[in-house]
Amino acid sequence: MRPFTYARAATEDEAVAACTDGAAYLGGGTNLVDLMRLGVAEPARLVDVAHLGHDRIERRADGGLRIGAAVTNGDLAADRTVRAEFPLLAQAVLAGASGQIRNLATVGGNLLQRTRCAYFQDVTKPCNKREPGSGCPAREGEHRNLAILGHSAGCVATHPSDMAVALAALDAEVRVRGREGTRTIPFGDLHRLPGTAPERDTCLEPGDLITAVEVPPLRMPSRFRKARERASFAFALVSIAAALRTDVPGGTVTDVRIALGGVAHRPWRARRAEERLRGARASGEAFLRAAEAELEAAEPLRDNGYKVPLARNLIVRTLSGLVAP
Amino acid sequence: MNSVPADGPDPVRAEITLTVNGSEHRLGIDTRASLLDTLREDLGLTGAKKGCDHGQCGACTVLLDGRRVNACLALAVAHDGADVVTVEGLARDGRPTRLQEAFLAHDALQCGYCTPGQLCSATAVLDELGRGLPSAATPDPAAEPVPDDAEIRERMSGNLCRCGAYAGIVAAVREAARA
Repeated sequence: MRPFTYARAATEDEAVAACTDGAAYLGGGTNLVDLMRLGVAEPARLVDVAHLGHDRIERRADGGLRIGAAVTNGDLAADRTVRAEFPLLAQAVLAGASGQIRNLATVGGNLLQRTRCAYFQDVTKPCNKREPGSGCPAREGEHRNLAILGHSAGCVATHPSDMAVALAALDAEVRVRGREGTRTIPFGDLHRLPGTAPERDTCLEPGDLITAVEVPPLRMPSRFRKARERASFAFALVSIAAALRTDVPGGTVTDVRIALGGVAHRPWRARRAEERLRGARASGEAFLRAAEAELEAAEPLRDNGYKVPLARNLIVRTLSGLVAP
Repeated sequence: MNSVPADGPDPVRAEITLTVNGSEHRLGIDTRASLLDTLREDLGLTGAKKGCDHGQCGACTVLLDGRRVNACLALAVAHDGADVVTVEGLARDGRPTRLQEAFLAHDALQCGYCTPGQLCSATAVLDELGRGLPSAATPDPAAEPVPDDAEIRERMSGNLCRCGAYAGIVAAVREAARA
C-alpha cells in the first residue's frame, strides 16, 4: 500500500480545506481501505470525516429524517424510527454486507463505494473506470453480475449499494459541502450512467463532502428484497425497493415507487413502470405489464440475460406483497 | 504485505493510544497499519487471525468500542483512543464465558482458526439480540427478533468456517442466546 498522511478533521471547513488533490475522505474505510490494499486507490492523504458531528439521525419538521453521513449502517438499521416508518431502508441496510462491516461502514461512504466488477478491482487488467481509455474486458468477459440497463460501450459495471436503492425509491436528497459552499442534490442525480466517462461514478466534484441524507416522510407500505447467489453476505444479482399506496384495499394505485439495484451503473428508478401504474387498478396483471414496460429498455449481455426475468418477477412479487401482505 | 516501491514516498508514522482488553497502550504505528496487524504484530495478541485481509472471512473480528468489526478493514490510525476487546479478553477472571463453554460443549470448531473471530462475533450477536436489534432474517424489522436458527445463521454470516463446523456454531450460539 502506498504511504499516506492522515488527518482527523474536526470541522467541515477543516475537512474540505484538507481535501486537496490526491486526498480522499475516510469514513468507515470498508471499501476504501480494501481498494488501497488492492492498489486500485492510492490516496496520498486521508482526511478522516468520521468525527464531524454527522453521526446523528434527526426528525425533520415534516416527519422525514435527516441522516448524518457518518451514521454507521449498523446504527441506521437499529434506529427505531427507521425500522417502523421506513422498513424498506432498514431492510436494505440489513441486506448488505455483514454485521461486522455494517458497524464500520457509514452512510456517506456507502453511497460512494465503488463497483465490485472484477476487472475494476484487478490492477493487472484494463478498466475504463480505473484507467480511462484502457478498455472494458467485462463486456466480452466475466459479466454475469453486471448491468442490463443504461450501460455503455465503455463500461457495464453496476453500483453495489443496497441502501442506495432504498434511498432512490424514497426520493431522498443528498446534502453536500463543497469548496463553493453547501448544496442539495436530488438522490436520482447523485449517481451517473457511465456514458463516455465511466471513471465518474457520481456528479460530485473534487473536495465535495456528503454531510447528510434527507429523507421525506413515506407513509405507505414498503419493502426491500434482494436476489443473490447465497442466502447472506453477497451482493445483489437484482434487488428492489418499492412502496405502494392504493385508494382502497385492492383499488387504484395512488402512489408507487420502484427502484432496482444490481442492474445498472446507478440505482435504477423504474419511472416508466411507475407511470404505468399510477391511476391503474392494483393487480398482478398490471404489475406484470408495468415491469415489462420498464424492462423493454434492457440490453442484457451474453451471460446476464437471466436478470431480465429476475427483475420482472421481483417487481411483480414485491408489489403484489405490498397490496396483500 | 505489499512492499513500498524503492522510489515511492516514505512511510508515515503516527502515535495512537489504544485500550486493549483493559490495558492502555501508547503505540507508534505506520499510518497504513490495520488494527489487526497492530494487535498481532505490536501487541502480540495473535488470537484475531488474518484470513482474507479483505473483510470477507471474519477471522479478524474484534469488539471496537463494544461493536464487532473486521479488524483488517479498520486503520489503526483512525481509531486513536478506542477501546478494543479481542478473544484474549473475553474470559472473566480466567473463567470462560457461557458462550465459550457452549462452543466446547457443541464441538463448534475443528481446526480452530476461525474460532476467535466466531467467538467475538457471537459475543456481539448476543448483545445485539439482547438489545432487540433486527437482522435480514427478522420478518418485520420493527419487531423484536426471536433468536431461532435462521436469525443466528444470518447474523453469523460474516464469519466463514472452512472446516464446516457451522452446525455446532449455530447450536452453541442458540444455547448461549437462550441462557
